[in-house]
Amino acid sequence: MYNFEFEKPSTIADAVAALGSEDAQALGGGQTLIPTMKQRLASPAKLVSLSGIAEMKGVCVEDDGSLAIGGGTTHATVASEAAGTFPALANLASHIGDPAVRNRGTIGGSLANNDPSACYPAAALGSGATIRTNAREIAADDYFQGMFTTALDEGEIITSVRFPVPQAANYQKFLQPASRFALVGVFVARFADGVRVAVTGASEDGVFRWSEAEQALSGSFSADAVSGLSVDPGGMIGDLHGTKEYRAHLVGVMTRRAVAAAG
Amino acid sequence: MTQVSMTVNGKAVSGDVEVRTLLSSFLRDHLSLTGTHVGCDTGQCGACMVHVDGDAVKSCNMLALEADGAQVDTIEGQAAEDGTLNTIQQAFQDHHGLQCGFCTPGMVMSAAALLKDNPQPTEAEIRAYLEGNICRCTGYHNIVKAIMAASGQDVGAIAAE
Repeated sequence: MYNFEFEKPSTIADAVAALGSEDAQALGGGQTLIPTMKQRLASPAKLVSLSGIAEMKGVCVEDDGSLAIGGGTTHATVASEAAGTFPALANLASHIGDPAVRNRGTIGGSLANNDPSACYPAAALGSGATIRTNAREIAADDYFQGMFTTALDEGEIITSVRFPVPQAANYQKFLQPASRFALVGVFVARFADGVRVAVTGASEDGVFRWSEAEQALSGSFSADAVSGLSVDPGGMIGDLHGTKEYRAHLVGVMTRRAVAAAG
Repeated sequence: MTQVSMTVNGKAVSGDVEVRTLLSSFLRDHLSLTGTHVGCDTGQCGACMVHVDGDAVKSCNMLALEADGAQVDTIEGQAAEDGTLNTIQQAFQDHHGLQCGFCTPGMVMSAAALLKDNPQPTEAEIRAYLEGNICRCTGYHNIVKAIMAASGQDVGAIAAE
């Protein structure tokens, strides 16, 4: 990789200041960014490591019962510390990549990257999470704007993510075994006021809500309620791992499995 | 050049590095600890696995500067000073858990991290934990056996292949 300048601030304010220079890039756990830089697909002039910012780490339950996770919290920490409050989210985190990736990769890094096959975007969109940055709060519905595209401005940092805790939830991931990303992943969450269904890995526009399934499941939360529904293969990803039609089919299958497992 | 300092296998070390230096490069090229292997250099194969503050990480996927001040453990620190293999290493030898040996340092470091958190893992838990370690000799079966044995469990439960 090309060389760069490096800063490792210990506060969010210092990180924001360090990211103010041209071509500066935040470094979370580096599990995507470092391989990308090795391939020279990215060549930032400066990396600002977020790993030294204590106030961005950890999992806590807020007064309203929602779960707040610091942007610099690793997948391994979410897997262990969110298990009691939001088991579906903890289970999702415990199946990202492999153990070494989970020890370094962070939730903020994953959401900022918004890989179209990543797991966390499905959890955030499926739970109706709020993305908190150094500057504002962004609803998940407004945050994800297409493959590798988010509402974040240049130099904006995800400081924490607030997850409303559903009454029942489940994530089903059809593993792409080489990359360990989702070939298709579906996060289903049932709240008092309705059901949310978010799909990752499938669409050329990145993570999306399957509104037809949400309506059906809000009426009757059972796998049968969505058995007659299907998504249009037109906008799906088609590659050597699976055709558009195959992914569209998997969306239905994984949704039914998630509903059945959520109970 | 930037100075980086850390504790590697219990010894304080430091060096002047370019900021882009990976932890794997620092260990191998600056400290001559070449037991940490670089297989794929893309974060896939796990041959470069080390422990940073007790957690298994792929050292080719982490900047050396990110380990500044950390406790790093590598394969060189696993055996005793006199060369006596530790329990996991001895089990790999006893159960033929290596063929060409290239992936072995990473396998041993992953196994050590697993057994620290889960002293008696099931076969399924061992296989799941090794998802980030690739053996191109396809020697997983005996690696799993070795880890079962190192955790004091009966390897007879694993079917012969």
